[in-house]
Formats: sequence, C-alpha cells, structure tokens
Amino acid sequence: MSSRLLLALLLSAAALVSGCATTTALVQPWERATLADYTMRPDRDPLALALAEHVYFSRESAAGGRGVGGSGCGCN
Amino acid sequence: MRSVFFFTLVLTLTATVSRAEIKVGDLFPALPSAGLVGGTVPATEGKILVVDFWASWCAPCKASFPALGKINTDYAPRGVVLVGVSVDEKASAYAAFVKKQAPPFLALHDVAQQLVRAVVVPAMPTTYVIGRDGKVRYLHAGYHGTTTDQHLRAELDVLLAEKS
Repeated sequence: MSSRLLLALLLSAAALVSGCATTTALVQPWERATLADYTMRPDRDPLALALAEHVYFSRESAAGGRGVGGSGCGCN
Repeated sequence: MRSVFFFTLVLTLTATVSRAEIKVGDLFPALPSAGLVGGTVPATEGKILVVDFWASWCAPCKASFPALGKINTDYAPRGVVLVGVSVDEKASAYAAFVKKQAPPFLALHDVAQQLVRAVVVPAMPTTYVIGRDGKVRYLHAGYHGTTTDQHLRAELDVLLAEKS
C-alpha cells in the first residue's frame, strides 16, 4: 500500500472518529423534552408492569431488578 | 509517518474538547440581543443578575420556583435582577406553563434556543449568578432544595457587599 493511500485512509478515519467524538451527537440538557415525556416512564402503566413482572418471574424464577429512577429527562 | 499519526491524534482530541461552555469567570452573553420573548428584557448593565434556565418539562425547575420567587422578592429592591429563561422548544408549552404556574419572577422564552446554545448549560435547571461586570461569579447546576437556596442568598449577599 502506498504511503499516499495510507495517508488518505488515516485522514478519513480521523475525520470520522472526530465526528463521533463531538458533543453535537449528544442530547443536550435543553433538548430532553421528549425524553421527559410521561410516555417515556417505565412505570406509566401499572397493569402492564405487573403482567411483565409475572411473565418474567414465571420464566426466570426471579423478580425485581427493574428499578430505574426518573423519566429520562436527565434533570439534576 | 509519525507526523501523520500525531496529526490524527490532535484532530481527534480537538474534536473531543470543542465544547464551549460558559463557566465561572466567563462573560455572560448580553440578554437584550439573545432573542428572548415573552416580556420586556430588563436593563442589566451594572447590575447583579441571576439567570435561571428552566423548562416546562423539568420537574426540578418547577420545584425551584417558590424559592426563586422569594429570592426575587427579597433581593429585587436591593438591585438584583432575576430572570427565568425557558428553553422549551414549543412556544405553546412555555405559554401554557406560564399561564398555569405563574412563575413569581420574570419568565422569558428563549424561543430559538439561541441563548442556551451559547451558554451550553450543563443540566436543567442551571442558575447563573452574574456580577456587575457581566461575568459569571457563581453557577448552580441542578436544584438541590434549601442548599441551593442558601448558597444563592449567600452569594448575592457577597456580591451586594462589593463596591459597585
């Protein structure tokens, strides 16, 4: 492989990696309205949650371990 | 070849640390040119300013309103200007929240999220205490109940005690 081709490959890889590394790809604190929506709460439907827990317990002989605090808005 | 690897490393690291967050000691952007709507932007030149970024979907923001309202009542007569800045994407969400909750201080709307993008708040809510020189003196990321309330009051007392 020629050094020029290697150089081009390295620069392309660097550009791609730097694109992934920028914070613009992250959801910023002020952009979390959708994540904070009520429908994003895992416990919004108690009946569905109870059913899922029952199925999980029947299959795995274990229960719990689903605790997730908050609604995903990332506040605080 | 070594220089190519070095260049690659520098490019990657530069991209990683390119976040331009307003921190303590930095000059806070001028409010009149920040595109705020929903009320008259107060004159802040030479005054101690408290800017609180909030959103209608942010529960801790809502929890902080009574304390901020009391701070506004106590410190506004002493020359402190307190401004709440909503970062809601939807103007209807901001309007409905203000109508229902009636925040006890001036609550403006960063309608294009211009100011919050310039400031790059680290969390919701975030409160900036800005000195008479326009520089950020204190910063509170999140609301931690009476602790935040006490710190804000102590910081405002320090700033008010300084010569104008």
